[in-house]
Amino acid sequence: MILPTLIFILVAGGVLSWVVERWHPGSAKWVALATAGIELVLTIWLWLQSASAMALPAHGGWLAEIRAEWIPRFGVSFHLAMDGISLILVVLTAFLGVVSVACSWTEIQERAGFFYFNLLWTLAGAVGVFLALDLFLFFFFWELMLVPMYFMIAIWGHEKRQYASIKFFIFTEGSGLFMLVAILALVFIHYGSTGVLTFDYFELLNTAMSPSTELWIMLGFFIAFAVKTPIVPFHTWLPDAHTEAPTAGSVILAGVLLKTGAYGLLRFVVPLFPQAAGYFAPVAMALGAIGILYGAFLAFAQTDFKRLVAYTSVSHLGFAVVGIFAWNPWSLGGAVMQMIAHGISTGALFVIAGILQERTHTRDMRRFGGVWGVMPRLAAMGLFFAIAALGLPGMGNFVGEFLVLMGLSRVNSVLASVAAVAFVTSVVYGLALVQKIFHGENTHGWQLHDLSGREMATLYSMAAITLWLGLYPQPVLDTAALAIDGPRNIATGQYHSGAE
Amino acid sequence: MLPLLWLIPTLPLAGFLVLALSGKYLGHRSIAVIGTSSVALSALIAILIGIDFIAVPPPGFVFRQEAWIWIAVAGFSPGIGFYLDALSLVMVLVVTIISFLIHLYSTEFMTGDDGYARFFAYMNLFVGSMCILVLADNLLFLYLGWEGVGLCSYLLIGFWYRDSGNGRAARKAFIVTRIGDTAMALGLFLLFTHLGTLDIQSLMQRVTQQWPEGSELAILAAALLLGGAVGKSAQFPLQVWLPDAMAGPTPVSALMHAATMVTAGVYLIARTHVLFSLAPPVQLAVAVIGALTLLLAGFSALAQKDIKRVLAYSTISQIGYMFLALGVGAWSAAIFHLMTHAFFKALLFLSAGVVIMSLHEEHDIFRMGGLRKKLPVAFWTFLIGSASLAALPLVTAGFYSKDLILWQAWSSAGGNPWLWAAGWGGAILTGLYIFRVVFLVFFGEARAATPPDTRRPGLRITIPLIVLAAFSIVGGWIETPPFLGNLTLFSSFVQHALPPAQVVHDGKNDETILELLAMAASLGSIALAYLLFLRYPAFLHGLMLIPALARIRKFWHFGWGFDRFYEFLFVRPYLWLAYADRNDVIDNIYKMAISFTLRWLQKVDRHDVIDYIYSGLAELCLFLYRALSATQSGQVRRYAAAIAAGSIGIIFIGIFA
Repeated sequence: MILPTLIFILVAGGVLSWVVERWHPGSAKWVALATAGIELVLTIWLWLQSASAMALPAHGGWLAEIRAEWIPRFGVSFHLAMDGISLILVVLTAFLGVVSVACSWTEIQERAGFFYFNLLWTLAGAVGVFLALDLFLFFFFWELMLVPMYFMIAIWGHEKRQYASIKFFIFTEGSGLFMLVAILALVFIHYGSTGVLTFDYFELLNTAMSPSTELWIMLGFFIAFAVKTPIVPFHTWLPDAHTEAPTAGSVILAGVLLKTGAYGLLRFVVPLFPQAAGYFAPVAMALGAIGILYGAFLAFAQTDFKRLVAYTSVSHLGFAVVGIFAWNPWSLGGAVMQMIAHGISTGALFVIAGILQERTHTRDMRRFGGVWGVMPRLAAMGLFFAIAALGLPGMGNFVGEFLVLMGLSRVNSVLASVAAVAFVTSVVYGLALVQKIFHGENTHGWQLHDLSGREMATLYSMAAITLWLGLYPQPVLDTAALAIDGPRNIATGQYHSGAE
Repeated sequence: MLPLLWLIPTLPLAGFLVLALSGKYLGHRSIAVIGTSSVALSALIAILIGIDFIAVPPPGFVFRQEAWIWIAVAGFSPGIGFYLDALSLVMVLVVTIISFLIHLYSTEFMTGDDGYARFFAYMNLFVGSMCILVLADNLLFLYLGWEGVGLCSYLLIGFWYRDSGNGRAARKAFIVTRIGDTAMALGLFLLFTHLGTLDIQSLMQRVTQQWPEGSELAILAAALLLGGAVGKSAQFPLQVWLPDAMAGPTPVSALMHAATMVTAGVYLIARTHVLFSLAPPVQLAVAVIGALTLLLAGFSALAQKDIKRVLAYSTISQIGYMFLALGVGAWSAAIFHLMTHAFFKALLFLSAGVVIMSLHEEHDIFRMGGLRKKLPVAFWTFLIGSASLAALPLVTAGFYSKDLILWQAWSSAGGNPWLWAAGWGGAILTGLYIFRVVFLVFFGEARAATPPDTRRPGLRITIPLIVLAAFSIVGGWIETPPFLGNLTLFSSFVQHALPPAQVVHDGKNDETILELLAMAASLGSIALAYLLFLRYPAFLHGLMLIPALARIRKFWHFGWGFDRFYEFLFVRPYLWLAYADRNDVIDNIYKMAISFTLRWLQKVDRHDVIDYIYSGLAELCLFLYRALSATQSGQVRRYAAAIAAGSIGIIFIGIFA
């Protein structure tokens, strides 16, 4: 029962904070914080529990599962299950939930109840996406996540929020349609060959189909996830959405929503269509590598703080894509690691951008400089996370990027060498960020008060996690390892035959 | 003592943490105590471990310690582990002792700076990273120290962050070295992919078992590692970052040039020498790069005005000697020179710091002069450092180490007369450029724009200078050539980790002749410097009036134009492209596609097909309305007629239907 509880807490907390705000203005954030906090405690408890459960080899990697009839006539069931990958992504979601409530604490003043409702419902949708193993249910959560996020951008966003929110909606919704068509096609093909109408993941795993059909259906899924991850050239909604969203929206978008795309590639695209994915892998890896370089390159050119960070996400998630399609233990472990580390470090950069914007009402880096002199604590944190983003060893992102490229170099050493150029380009944008905002002369004469206790608690905990991920990533890697082995065993043989 | 090994890197790192987290609340005094004592303790532990190691050598002359496994994925399991052998012991001793002296010096030198805590935090992190680098037992952990050192160089070069020029120099250092680091990372991928481990010792074993000498993989792997070494050690073609790295405070330069950072590349090659021996073309490249760099940098040093830039180019040149030694297989000679160079280069920077400080941040040697009497401590220590750098025969440490390199560049298996000649020419350049500084700064007439502040430097500055001066003299006496006692303390100790150079062109007479030539180069160049720069300066002024020579001087001054070349080849195009594409061309394609489609639809469908239906509906209503309202005429005759017609019609239908 723990799995539906995880979703229900967020749904109920969202409704409660909306309602409570009407009675006691100012109380919604407390309800939201409590909700996200309970979720976090529960998920960490689950993680600690799972450490012993996962030691059992016969377990198959699944830690918890629940299946109930929903629409039996169409073979739709309420089927949730959790393995290591979904577990750590849910932990990440819960943690960033707490972070995003904390960073909205003073930023969101208007219609706070509805804001926290949207925030918690987005999280609920994301947790649902990470847990659903029925394709219909998965699609349901996939859509559930989008609408409240749309409202968050459209209502509480910045100057160009209308444009950004509509663009976000069109891109994700449009690509979602491809996935819906692909899901239906897969289900009907399965029905045609077996006579069983089902949306269940496990039953659809070994659906027999002709290679070209497999490729087309795989592409339907791929496009939806590629837009979400994002993979160049489907990334252009992201800079606008991340930039215009309120801080919490940016944190959730970068930290959680992008991960649903990479998760989808890992959970659905390769295991459901191993041969087609293997056949398609060179293209996907090339797109990932292009994303790594192109994102880093464009990040350097930005003048808007949040836009710069948004493009670094394109670059960092490129590593995850490459890692998933290289499909060996090192690259997959690296991809999962990269997803987690990116969630924390990029989330922190958005929090920092939000803190600066709240005090100065600008994100334009040309108007900053010398912030170190007035906000040394914030500047030190900015430096820390910029360095984490450029992949310095000892911090989480390095472990992810190194493992991904090491795995990739086994499959395609030329592509690995090309992607490794990002080691240099990431330094270029990371240091440019530090220089433009924190170093240099304080020519605009900013007089700003340094971090408050709440802000310090948020950023310091994120910094501690980044260091922990960088120096002792084993808990995350171990948790993911069994879950990675599962789909690998299902798919590897066919995947590599598809690649040839 | 050996089990305390892990404390050597940990103590400075702990110092960093304390200073970074609570530096704001600490006074200068406690900051200085924390920053310096952490390094002092780790130096002390290193010394005690060294004594222990020599007195009671551990089995196989190796001691290992693993804290935890860092990353474990499917057979890839590098640990946070330390490896102590003769090589890493020498390195860690050099690093910690010199760093301690520089820290002590800095406590006085940096007094009054508002970034005092930040300075010592970064310095401690620097030392900690360097200790990790030299003690790591696997290449990934070494890479952590390697990158940490790069980060600290960035932080410290740009320490005075308000000046954007410093920021630029700092970023240049990090980016250029990171180019080399990327090559090194690719090398690690290659090594793991083919040999299945990154543990240095197992790697070296597997390399010898699996890769024949000269095999393609060995060459590729060694070349990639060389890329990393070239970047960190500022060798051709990545030497461009080091001269600009002068932007940081002077103790930082001392630390970077002597104890940390630039020696990392030399250490890496020595550490993986087995791999390099299997790749003769790469090894030759190492020697050639060294020879080329030592000459290029020597000429450039001769044309500088800034005292710190002379020293910077001198470092590039001296590291070139170490590369030359590595390239010819003279491993222990390279490490020996690394050690003596660390002594005298730290000394030179620190005493130059005293000069600069007392002249109120004056760097131009042509605006100094006659400081011999006014700054006696700085003068004597700088003189000793210069003598050691110029390899003044018999009395200085630099003589013994450089001499060894020159001899082995001639005599060893990889050596040849050309390499020796490059080194010999470099020796002449060395004496010239460093004594040019000595004569211009300390002799002649005072040319300073402002009179020197002749307050005597305090003990915390003087003691490190004197200790380093002593090291710069006696540090060489542990390894002497055959005709001077033939002591081989250093090489026979390091031999446990590094094989001795194989002498193939042996001949007693050769060695004596070469020895004498080397001495002549050193003495002759000093004499020449005296003549050119002190006795007859007018001669040189006259030469500089010749346009061609002046142009050459300028060319050398700007480091052979590498900066401009890279600027045009890489920096400008990158900036230009980034600027051109800052709005993301892909997004523009979408926008254009959408607006084009919309416009096309508008054109085709200007009046909207669907709208016709609606307006048609409206018109139908209007027509019906008009038609029906026309019947409401109000004339009884027409109504009666209509009723009659309707009745007839209904009857008609009733009958016939």
